[in-house]
Amino acid sequence: MSAKLKLEDKDKETVSSSGIDLSESTRSAAFYQQDSQTKLYQSFQEGIDILSTEEALAKYPEAKEYFGKNFRLLNRDFPQDTDGGYFIRVKKGKTVEFPIQACLFLKAQGFQQKVHNLIIIEEGARVYLITGCSASHTANEGFHLGISEFFVQKGGYLNFTMIHSWKEDVTVKPISIAYLEENAVFISNYVCLRPVKEITMYPTAVLAGDRSRAIFNSLILSYPGSLHDVGSRVILRGDSTQAEITARAVSSGGKIIARGHIKAENKNVKGHLECRGLVLSEKGQIHAIPEMETDFRDVDLSHEAAIGKISKDEIEYLCARGFSKEQAQSIIIRGFMDVSILGLPDLLKKEIERIEDASLKGGL
Amino acid sequence: MLKIENLSVAIGEKGILQKINLKINPGEVVILFGPNGSGKTTLLKAIMGFSGYDIKNGQIIFKEKVLNNLSTEERVKLGIGLMYQHPPKIRGVKLQQLAQYLTKDKEKTLKLSERLSLQEHLSRDVNVDFSGGEMKRSELFQVLLQDPEFLLLDEPESGVDIENIGVMGGVLNEYLRKKGKSALIITHTGYILDYVQAERGCVLLDGKFWCIGDPKEMFKAIRESGYDKCKECICPQS
Repeated sequence: MSAKLKLEDKDKETVSSSGIDLSESTRSAAFYQQDSQTKLYQSFQEGIDILSTEEALAKYPEAKEYFGKNFRLLNRDFPQDTDGGYFIRVKKGKTVEFPIQACLFLKAQGFQQKVHNLIIIEEGARVYLITGCSASHTANEGFHLGISEFFVQKGGYLNFTMIHSWKEDVTVKPISIAYLEENAVFISNYVCLRPVKEITMYPTAVLAGDRSRAIFNSLILSYPGSLHDVGSRVILRGDSTQAEITARAVSSGGKIIARGHIKAENKNVKGHLECRGLVLSEKGQIHAIPEMETDFRDVDLSHEAAIGKISKDEIEYLCARGFSKEQAQSIIIRGFMDVSILGLPDLLKKEIERIEDASLKGGL
Repeated sequence: MLKIENLSVAIGEKGILQKINLKINPGEVVILFGPNGSGKTTLLKAIMGFSGYDIKNGQIIFKEKVLNNLSTEERVKLGIGLMYQHPPKIRGVKLQQLAQYLTKDKEKTLKLSERLSLQEHLSRDVNVDFSGGEMKRSELFQVLLQDPEFLLLDEPESGVDIENIGVMGGVLNEYLRKKGKSALIITHTGYILDYVQAERGCVLLDGKFWCIGDPKEMFKAIRESGYDKCKECICPQS
């Protein structure tokens, strides 16, 4: 399905603020869904299947096996009333040069968008996927439920970056499970720098294959009236698997619950959780809940958490270099929300830095 | 250049400095001696105007301007620069970013970073995972790019290896001499005296100045007899 996407100017801005390149000049494939309608999908490179989940289920018999597979693996239920979502498959051995992008957009007032995405990275394939979720100014009281199942096969590499750009009355509930085979790498980045009513998410990665690795990073800015209950969970099931969870949370008045859970189910595994939080206003709240558990002795699990206000020493240090107090504060916050922790290639890193600069400028 | 008159400073309820008087002329370098906890760093931070250092009495005058009620930023703009003893880590902020703010002269940044072996540090987060010596070099680097007329150096050489003390001392002395700058330098080890031509030394004990004299003579006397003897002021006066 390929045609030109029609968006009003205001919506273009919103969609772009979730990391979507509407020119597609720096993307290797793209998918757009508005409310429950698939608007457009196309691939600019061989070896990438990209289409709506419904069409994929009809077209590829194997797609049915993937649908719900990760939930069955963990004996978990999942909502069945989904309508739409994307199917992305990168073929064996394929290295995708430019990122693939998927846009999920809320437009109609009070619309309840419920999608189920399937992402399959075949053996040895390497890909960057950026998913931008956003809400039009017209989408008052909107709701978004996003189920994502990731399958990273032997030696595959997936760097998945999800950028949320909602509005203050939208409720959001992403549910994701990633399954990793031997030597697979899954990097999941979550960026949310715009207001939202409530976000609840606790994505899980099951590191089933030996020597597989998962990294979860999140950059969250919470505004007055927002509730972010976000976390990441990694199950270290294979031998010598590794996990890193890093969260940077800034509250300018909202409430952030930053969870993290690493579970060792095999020996020689390694996991580290890090949560740093800055509370900028009296009304802001941050609650860090790191959890670690092991059934084995030969494991290396650790965590560090630090939450509080901006350090006075850091502000004065920058003032002693000639910055004003306000400049010093914004430099420190900008540094704290360091995009380089996301492990992105230069192109995406710069794009997200631009989005962050704009959000911090407007939001603080 | 700098005139401190009858200055008393408290941190919270605790009086730290008592009725301090000090005058530093343009182009003059003064060394500040004193045991741990005697108030040396407090004096430097009070000059910078950091919060929590309450001036209870007296005034700090710089270039004929009373600093007491000026913000740190305003004091820096007047020409005061501080090299920290223990600088904080600033995550996600690169040394290069600060250098760019401090000077537009890229050539100068490059040359100085080379001399102080900091080229690789430019792309690193400020003070994060820096060794003690690297922090001191980065501090000197920043304060010299800032190009202040009056330098406050808080133990510039502590934790620095001998070779790098030589490099830092050389760079610092060149800056002070060539540009006719003034400085107030805290030292415990005295190594810096081998590189910097200091006119005067003074000893701070229990928040008061006890002795003013030739810094090298003073350091020798302190090494031999300890700080207690300073109260008797045994050094020849300069």
